Amino acid sequence: MKALAKRLGPIGVGAAFIFAIVVVGALLAPLIAPYDPTIGSVTQRFQGPSLDHLFGTDQAGRDIFSRILWGARSSLVGPLIVVAVTGVLGTGIALTSVWWGGAVDSAISRVLDLLFAFPNLLLAMLAIAVFGPSLTTAALALSISYIPYTARVIRSMALRERNLAYVRSPQLQGISGAVITARHLVPNVAPLIITGATINFGFAMIEIAALSFLGLAVQPPLADWGLMVSNGQQSLLKGYPAESMLAGLFIVLTVASLGYIGERLGGRAAAGRRS
Amino acid sequence: MTEAIISVDQLTKTFRGKRSRDSVTAVDAVSIAVQPGTCLAVVGESGSGKTTLARIIVGLETADTGTVKLGGKTVARRANRRTLRARAREIQMVFQDPQSSLNRRLRVQVAVDEVLRAHTPLNAKQRRARCRELFEQVGLEARHLDAIPDELSGGQRQRVAIARALAAEPSIIVLDEAVAALDVTVQAQILKLLDELRRSKGLTYLFITHDLSVVQMIADEVVVMRRGSIVERGTTAQVLGDPQHPYTQLLLECAPRPGWKPKRGVIRALREEIAS
Repeated sequence: MKALAKRLGPIGVGAAFIFAIVVVGALLAPLIAPYDPTIGSVTQRFQGPSLDHLFGTDQAGRDIFSRILWGARSSLVGPLIVVAVTGVLGTGIALTSVWWGGAVDSAISRVLDLLFAFPNLLLAMLAIAVFGPSLTTAALALSISYIPYTARVIRSMALRERNLAYVRSPQLQGISGAVITARHLVPNVAPLIITGATINFGFAMIEIAALSFLGLAVQPPLADWGLMVSNGQQSLLKGYPAESMLAGLFIVLTVASLGYIGERLGGRAAAGRRS
Repeated sequence: MTEAIISVDQLTKTFRGKRSRDSVTAVDAVSIAVQPGTCLAVVGESGSGKTTLARIIVGLETADTGTVKLGGKTVARRANRRTLRARAREIQMVFQDPQSSLNRRLRVQVAVDEVLRAHTPLNAKQRRARCRELFEQVGLEARHLDAIPDELSGGQRQRVAIARALAAEPSIIVLDEAVAALDVTVQAQILKLLDELRRSKGLTYLFITHDLSVVQMIADEVVVMRRGSIVERGTTAQVLGDPQHPYTQLLLECAPRPGWKPKRGVIRALREEIAS
């Protein structure tokens, strides 16, 4: 724990703290949220912050604090799906490509190039047009469009490792590619996988928020930060910025802290390799 | 004369570039024969094809034409997992760079253990005991078994690599610049260890190096390679004492030693060598 804190540095510890609060808030939302996030009361519209409503209420009279807490769930789960799918598939594709090399590598690289050519959000919208708007569709579609980025970065590092003696030697013993990859290659590209995951998490969070904002991912009246930014627009014009601004603030805080943590961990790991 | 344990016949390997003029014939119709229990040094500058030759012999590269016989048996030109496993019991390799020859994220014992697992029926406890034995043979202590590579010096890591090569009990070891990355004093220790192991276990070495002083210390015979071909071969005393080919003479002349000054003509010969 101490070693981790040292690796993160003081700002990193702060970032980890913020991220931890968001995660805990999301997990404990049913216990700590004072109100139902989807039910409001017209008489309670646009209340300012008070002891009853910590962050005030929105145009439907719903408690913004409760909606932020519940919203943290969908806002974290979406990127989590993206990171998990991208991490597993991206790493798998990259390492398969590197292990076999030659024609397999060329073929996989060309397919990845093809995927690169699609703008992420366009691919996601296409998938949503076909499968209907939902968080899962949006997250899976984004995962597919993120795979080439992850795969390409991991491939380039694994390609270097592939030719080193610690990989060549077991190969000469007739040990299977899968075993060598799992035992030797994966642990050595792991820092890159972790850094990639934290970066992807941030991007995915923003893009899923954007899709929710457009009404293509999480559907109202469910709480979601992206959706709250979008919902709050009209109130913003009427002089009640709380909903949009708070939801936006949480998106920014979460993405920024995770990005910083990833940079510290990945940067440190990379520095460790050089020494 | 007994039958050669390594017998390479007319081996050729061309690396093809995108255009035909980018193609490089790294090994060009090379034939060598190594007697059991001896050490053959393959010398030559970078790019002479000596490492490619070694990689073909162990099975890391596929030759275009020619045959490799190990212990009298012709090995499959295109290696797969099964043939590699069989070949590994005959021949093992020690790689150049002690930095990268061991996985930095695993205890060094794992490197030796996985070879034992691939080639012997021993259980985990027996393998651990065997690792300890092998470590002692290469001058390491039992406490080094659980070290990670970063905790060991370059020389110690190279000893682990040698232990790994010995684990499959091969009759041949290919040493690809195995001491090139080490300090001179450590070099001497490792060479002494290799020499002792060769005598006690009756091993055959194929020693790839660019360093002629190393050749003098360990090799019985030498072949000199230049641009994929063998230009001179003979016993170590012959080749180093009375080089016949101008390229060998140039190599010897260029070997740094105390008080070295280029002879007249050497610089010009080098220039022509580089230009050609």
